[in-house]
Amino acid sequence: MPTFVRTEKCDGCKGQDKTACMYICPHDLMKLDKDGSETGHAMKSFNQEPEQCWECYSCVKICPQNAIEARHYADIVPLGGSVQPLRGTDSIMWTIKFRNGGMKRFKFPIRTTPEGSIDCYGGKPTASMANIAKSGFFNQENGYRAGNPAELIRK
Amino acid sequence: MACSGAAYEIMRWADAAKAETGVDLKIKLVDKAAMDRSGAVAQGLSAINTYIGDAQDPADYARMVSNDLMGITRDDLAYDVGRHVDESVHLFEEWGLPIWKLDENGERHDGSVDMPKLKDGGKPVRSGKWQIMINGESYKWIVAEAAKKALGMDRIQERIFIVKLVNDKNDPQRIAGAVGFSVRDHKVVVYKFKACLLAAGGCVNLFRPRSVGEGQGRAWYPVWNAGSTYSMAAEAGAELTMMENRFVPARFKDGYGPVGAWFLLFKAQATNANGEVYMVKNKEMLNDYPPYGQAAVPASCLRNHLMLKEMQEGRGPIYMDTVTALAKLRETLSPREVKHLEAEAWEDFLDMCVGQCGVWVGENIEPEKKNSELMPTEPYLLGSHSGCCGIWVSGPEDVGAPTAESKDGVPAHLPAGWNWGYRAMTTIKGLFTAGDGVGASGHKFSSGSHAEGRLAAKAMVKYCLDNKDWKPELDTPADELVAQIYQPVRNFLEHKDYTTAIDVNPNYITPKMLQFRLQKIMDEYVAGVATYYKTNDKMLAVAEEKLEMLKEDAKKMRAKDLHELLRAWENYHRILTAEAHMKHIQFREESRYPGFYYRMDKNFVDEENWKCFVNSIYDKTTQKWTVFKRAHVDLVDKSKLFKPAAH
Repeated sequence: MPTFVRTEKCDGCKGQDKTACMYICPHDLMKLDKDGSETGHAMKSFNQEPEQCWECYSCVKICPQNAIEARHYADIVPLGGSVQPLRGTDSIMWTIKFRNGGMKRFKFPIRTTPEGSIDCYGGKPTASMANIAKSGFFNQENGYRAGNPAELIRK
Repeated sequence: MACSGAAYEIMRWADAAKAETGVDLKIKLVDKAAMDRSGAVAQGLSAINTYIGDAQDPADYARMVSNDLMGITRDDLAYDVGRHVDESVHLFEEWGLPIWKLDENGERHDGSVDMPKLKDGGKPVRSGKWQIMINGESYKWIVAEAAKKALGMDRIQERIFIVKLVNDKNDPQRIAGAVGFSVRDHKVVVYKFKACLLAAGGCVNLFRPRSVGEGQGRAWYPVWNAGSTYSMAAEAGAELTMMENRFVPARFKDGYGPVGAWFLLFKAQATNANGEVYMVKNKEMLNDYPPYGQAAVPASCLRNHLMLKEMQEGRGPIYMDTVTALAKLRETLSPREVKHLEAEAWEDFLDMCVGQCGVWVGENIEPEKKNSELMPTEPYLLGSHSGCCGIWVSGPEDVGAPTAESKDGVPAHLPAGWNWGYRAMTTIKGLFTAGDGVGASGHKFSSGSHAEGRLAAKAMVKYCLDNKDWKPELDTPADELVAQIYQPVRNFLEHKDYTTAIDVNPNYITPKMLQFRLQKIMDEYVAGVATYYKTNDKMLAVAEEKLEMLKEDAKKMRAKDLHELLRAWENYHRILTAEAHMKHIQFREESRYPGFYYRMDKNFVDEENWKCFVNSIYDKTTQKWTVFKRAHVDLVDKSKLFKPAAH
């Protein structure tokens, strides 16, 4: 099920050197056709290797123009359905359309903190070299399970 | 996940090293994609599959891992993940990952509802003994944000594909550097270092997938996992372990949607075409594999084994009976809860496998009205899920692991016991791994891989301090490394005008065709789907010969642009990984994982002779493998797992 780019919606991320979809695709599939020599559509992106698409939707979710959708793989899936997200900062909305015209909508949370707000070491202890060869991480978040020593039968 | 974990842990220890010893460590993270969406969690996940909780012991976890992998795992490694993993999960929740909770009435709430956090005693929604449900669409995004913050962007390089590791000029058993290229700019990058964490996932698409058209990218595990972890470690001389192991997940057909929540949370059953529950109908088959068939939860491969009987005897398709399961749940739920249940069923796919929803909408499947087909997939190689292939690493020193080796035949330069000073270090000095890279363990999943990355990071800091006066020297000059990397480009430029069509040329092979050749060999001779996962010594011998020729031809791969150069080297990594898989299956003269593969000439589990690790090393100069046994030792009592045989 490869993704595809809607010609009239893609703006090539406004002529920047790389597009959002190129930036994010984990498999290097999205490509900006700068001069139109590959697709006939200059300064728009396209999926250069659709049969390698994992349909992870990373490009669909990140596209600032909502120009990217997925057409479920032609060698398997009957035509006519679609599954389209709109990813916000704290939740994602899914619009699901069946081949028979049925529709469903779902909204799910995606994170409980504002994007970019993680204070990764805030309120955490520093590490001490005295502990570097011991079990455990630099910090303890109430999750270290020391275990019953009697379970270790060779110790 | 492993690299994000390492990024988070390492800076604290590096800061401590600087403050206490004055040593200022230089640290760099290199990713072939973008950290926000790289690796196996790129798409998100609907569950965290390893969360121990305060009611279970790390030993219980080590027992489960062992049984699911037919008894041959390293308890030291599993136990160590088990005692550390919840620390990472608690951080994920602090950073913003929504984790489902149960309220005092036993009702489920998604992670956006303000309820006590896990670290403060909040009750997770358990879909199984070890699994907890999450709203995980942005799981990787969140974990990567913490990793980026910890390291700072100056220490991160994205879109660099590392192609090979470089050993030290003065000590071939030591790592000194790595070389890769940018998939964006025409630039080769050569790194020199004292220590390196190699964590690049498992191996996908080394077997011919069930879908060979547009759908071939819809692999179960991420298609960008190209075996780079195993092949680069092997070429560097690191000892591999259990490379015969594979995972053949039984998943929703074609979309590869997850089944865990359906089995464990929604209590659905899998049936043959006649509606018979094959796990009940065929339960006596479990008695053929004592004691692993007699655990409360039989090993994953054995569950496949019972399913395959139905398929091979013509009682397919296999179905997940979603209709009955949801109808039963509706009997006891309020309309509000039913609506929530429907959303949960869809979210299970939308958070981690949108493609399955694509199949459902195209085929007009609503799970409460129509059952979905299940199917065992093509084989995958990995070390973090229900698989245990990977690299032999140094374990913890405080859990009673062996310090000597009782089997003959282990090459003399390799360590004898299960730990050699630095947690997660491979048998090559300075080369560490985590996640899918660590073999003979498994079932660490996303959270355990993160924790393993953290364990490795801490040990790497110690290693660098202990070796602070040692200067790495590459065993190959940089210009030679650059020439090797660009060889596929030169193959193309030199020969492209010989023919009028650039894809058909007697002087080179496209990465795509080379991959097809690999997949055909593996599928037809090394127990792929074409033979219902069956092979034998004669078929393996054929595969061996064909793989050798394929490896020779890999030198003739062409790359017409940077994207194809990426594919060329990914496929080279796949070939070496596939070769390791084949050699290990050939060496292990039994069928340890019925349901994942069968050696029909040795179609039994042989506890007396083969309850041992099969390990190997590769010599990159002679291009030959040495395969050998290592003794298996239990560090926790496994008898607690088993019940009397089912009748």
